[in-house]
Amino acid sequence: MAEASTRLVRIRRGLTLPLLLLAVWEASSRLGLVDPRFLPGIEDVVLTAKREIIDNGLTGQLAASLLRNIAGFLIGCILGVSFGTLVAVTRIGDRLVMPTFNGLKQISLLAWIPLISVWFGFGEQAKVVFVALAAFIPIALNTYDGIKDAPSELVEVGRALRFRPWQRVARIYLPSALPAIATGIHLGLIYSWLATVGAEYFLAVGPGIGGLVIAGRERFDMALVMVGVIILGLVGFSLNRLAGAAEARLLRWRT
Amino acid sequence: MASPLEIAGDDGIPNGRRFFKGRFSSLSALLLPVLLIALWWLASARGWLPEQILPAPSYVLQTAGDMIMSGELLYHAAVSLRRVVFGFTIGAGLGLGLGIAMGLSQRLEDYIKPTFLAFAQIPTLGWIPLLMLLVGIEETLKIIIIAKGALVPITLNTFSGIRSVPGKYVEVGKALRFSRWQTLRLIVLPGAIPSIFTGIRYGLTHAWTSLVGVELLASSEGLGYLLVWGRQMFWLDTVIIAMIVIGLIGVTMDKGLNGAEVFIQRWKKEGL
Repeated sequence: MAEASTRLVRIRRGLTLPLLLLAVWEASSRLGLVDPRFLPGIEDVVLTAKREIIDNGLTGQLAASLLRNIAGFLIGCILGVSFGTLVAVTRIGDRLVMPTFNGLKQISLLAWIPLISVWFGFGEQAKVVFVALAAFIPIALNTYDGIKDAPSELVEVGRALRFRPWQRVARIYLPSALPAIATGIHLGLIYSWLATVGAEYFLAVGPGIGGLVIAGRERFDMALVMVGVIILGLVGFSLNRLAGAAEARLLRWRT
Repeated sequence: MASPLEIAGDDGIPNGRRFFKGRFSSLSALLLPVLLIALWWLASARGWLPEQILPAPSYVLQTAGDMIMSGELLYHAAVSLRRVVFGFTIGAGLGLGLGIAMGLSQRLEDYIKPTFLAFAQIPTLGWIPLLMLLVGIEETLKIIIIAKGALVPITLNTFSGIRSVPGKYVEVGKALRFSRWQTLRLIVLPGAIPSIFTGIRYGLTHAWTSLVGVELLASSEGLGYLLVWGRQMFWLDTVIIAMIVIGLIGVTMDKGLNGAEVFIQRWKKEGL
């Protein structure tokens, strides 16, 4: 009983600020306190969203962004897990490749865009390459760390049983690195969405939510920008939730 | 079953490995970059790739020399650094304040945190076009974006750091009749320091990334601008140099903070 009432109090408190902000927003646009070009009314934003969904194919734009995101993420994911594993289990990889990788990962992600645009153009290919790179880095790193942290007793068991190298990877290293890989994939999913938005901003304008936001800015259409930004947030939030759920499911056997 | 001898052999001879590690690990780390640069040099010397796609390493080096001598590189780096320092200071100050306030007061947490989390869901890149319409493309935009990049991780880590201080410690403070201020300064903040530092490190990394993003989209100076400009002019040497400098400054800042963290927490070794 008491617990339920504290929950209610928390919900009430949590809703106070957003409702207050909405009220101030609505009041100031109704009373004409702010220039509607800078802060369109809530009704305008809703109408813009409706117009974009029904007349201008917002769902198609969203699908284009998501498709790009998933394609890049999958490529980055496969390459990241393979690269991380290979580098962690071979001495050449560990000694020769990892230091270079650690150096290159210091360059912040967006700084790769100009180089990628020279090498891969401005089209779909370049965008997918960039998204893949964004997913690749955290996934490769976490796979590497996970395999390096594999309990030495397990590794010894593998030796005692005379496992072949690929058996060691498949039966010992990868299963024991699974929690770390899951963390990497979670991060990779978040980064790949950021990269999708970045790619759509900086590379050629094509269908996509990022392109929508940029177009809104160029037309000084604040309502459109707001709609786009809200969708960016919602998609990021959903991907995060999805990754968390997948992670929990994937690691269910551990408990 | 394998004999112990075989296992030792399979292990790659531990002693030999240690020897190898001590003497050559730094050398072997350099081998791949040297090979890559050799390949790069060969590719451009033989003309396997056009100059616009991959300029010769000697050419990049020469441009780097020119840009350093003329002060151009230093100028752009200084512009970027100044923006990060301003934005990060504002973001870190707000983040620490907000994190501490929410950490200490359940009521404030209930009121602010859900809204804060909702705003934090929108990526920094998403805010840039929106803010461009509101504040234009001048310095204010950059400072706000960088501050926002630093604010989110610092607030969340400060908050969770304060919440994770064990109740036992706070009770000790009560038994010693500490005032609220004393409890905060002597118990809560020192207990939360490791987490706060994690937040500050993430915050600085995010601030640096946000700076590159905002300079790519709207800037007429700074390292991000060098990237865009080099790209437009097809001066890949400039692009590569800007990338390297961005990476180097990022590493230096992270290493510096790491050092500061060790220094501030040196009591840990003595105390426990």
